[in-house]
Amino acid sequence: MSVLVYTESDKGTFKKTALEVASYAKTVADQMGTTVTAITFNADDTSVLGNYGVDKVLKVNNSQLETFNANGYASAIAQAVKNENAKVVIVSSSADSKYLAPLLAIDLDAGYASNVVEAPTSTSPFTVKRTAFTNKAFNMTAINTDVKIVGVSKNAFGLKENSGSATAEDFSPSIPELGVKVESVDKVTGQVTIADAETVVSGGRGLKGPENWGMIEELADVLGAATACSKPVSDLGWRPHSEHVGQTGKPVASNLYIAIGISGAIQHLAGINASKVKVVINTDSEAPFFKAADYGIVGDAFEVVPKLIEKLKAFKAQQ
Amino acid sequence: MKILVCISHVPDTTSKINFTEGDTKFDTNGVQFVINPNDEFGLTRAMWFKEKQGASVDVVNVGGPETEPTLRKALAIGADGAIRVNTPATDGFAVAQQLAKVVQDGGYDLVIAGRESIDYNGGMVPGMLAGLIKANFVTNCISLEVDGTNAKAIREIDGGKETVSTSLPLVIGGQKGLVEESDLRIPNMRGIMMARQKPLKVVEPMDANTETASVKFEKPAPKGAIKLIDPDNIDELINLLHNEAKVI
Repeated sequence: MSVLVYTESDKGTFKKTALEVASYAKTVADQMGTTVTAITFNADDTSVLGNYGVDKVLKVNNSQLETFNANGYASAIAQAVKNENAKVVIVSSSADSKYLAPLLAIDLDAGYASNVVEAPTSTSPFTVKRTAFTNKAFNMTAINTDVKIVGVSKNAFGLKENSGSATAEDFSPSIPELGVKVESVDKVTGQVTIADAETVVSGGRGLKGPENWGMIEELADVLGAATACSKPVSDLGWRPHSEHVGQTGKPVASNLYIAIGISGAIQHLAGINASKVKVVINTDSEAPFFKAADYGIVGDAFEVVPKLIEKLKAFKAQQ
Repeated sequence: MKILVCISHVPDTTSKINFTEGDTKFDTNGVQFVINPNDEFGLTRAMWFKEKQGASVDVVNVGGPETEPTLRKALAIGADGAIRVNTPATDGFAVAQQLAKVVQDGGYDLVIAGRESIDYNGGMVPGMLAGLIKANFVTNCISLEVDGTNAKAIREIDGGKETVSTSLPLVIGGQKGLVEESDLRIPNMRGIMMARQKPLKVVEPMDANTETASVKFEKPAPKGAIKLIDPDNIDELINLLHNEAKVI
């Protein structure tokens, strides 16, 4: 018996979410008095996982699994679960993890709870707290199957360092029919993505036009942040759809979310509510966002943002 | 091509979220229900396949009689027929099993569901359904073309998108992008009248087991009041973000 965790990597480097799910797996393993086994795909150096509580790493190196494939990855993880006789499987809330988890659940006859924000409140019955109603409520969910799958919300549990080291061994699962073939990947490089960002700077219709996004990008650059936008802005074509955050766009769960010229429609707030600290800058003090944010400035973005950039640059220079 | 569109019956986004019966049940009092937004993008894409490629389109919901107005709305938008599996939607696995039975009985080639419902946000039904019926599966799908039995889809990934090729039978977890917001259709009077004549078949559920159980709901702790900062005192904002919130 052990806890198995799927630790995602990108070109061999582990993502922050991988270290977060490893931290979560360690906590569950401690609750259950067992150890943590991680499974990795095409990652050479897995030593960092030991620092977050992983005891053993199963390394899959397979050219057929060079790009993510939900069937292939789910099948490999299922084989690892059976080999290790794992009773709990931990995955993240990344697009890939959410893609494979239901397939894995069917393969293992396992119950699956997604968007989990805390360590299990009980391991028997196995009960977790997850978000529901698009972050407007929490749902305590019991998983009643022998094998359980927990999808951990991004940025909810945090990192827990552990002074340990992980042993590594090669693992060669059989590869099923993949069914879905990746023809091309179109991924931004050298830019912080909304999914991975600690800070997101988001602009709304209050910015009046796409030509005014320079200051949004500059502010994001100073903060090492990703840029995002409200739905009207993407509908108007001022910014690409991939930047649209909100209920029908991308979800945001960053540490800091800065909304500039966004009134805060309920659909927008639903998508960004999981962010820890929210700052709003808007001329209209009646804008609904002021009820949802932690810090606010009632003022003109065209005056406030350049000043903020200048002050932040000075602040960063001192750090 | 026979298409089945899975329709979740969900509270409108602007609904107040409250719970009853010792916080174990969602309080539907005064709540308006709608087609789950992610499903509506899929339904609208299905209409395109119907009009351009001669596909037939049925819609399905697993739920009690209270979901029928939502299915009628889907018929008014243009679906040919509706199926309601007469059982409450208990957990994702139970719903996926009921849907698998509908797909197998109806011989559907393409199932379009939403990537997740906006109420429980489980995001598991489409994938579980695909696993149960051994169909191909693409989720977070923002574009879908079908040519014969071959399909080409675009999936949104973290930080970009990927184009994939696959084949029918296929299950899609759809979202905005399958069609745009401006393509969504508001049922007109003719559609609403026609929907009354279209078949809405109620089928009894199969024996399905659950894997998870909702124990209780909780509402987030009330948020503290916002701290307003004078636009002429930006240093104060930086100070608060650094020393109080500790996010920069």
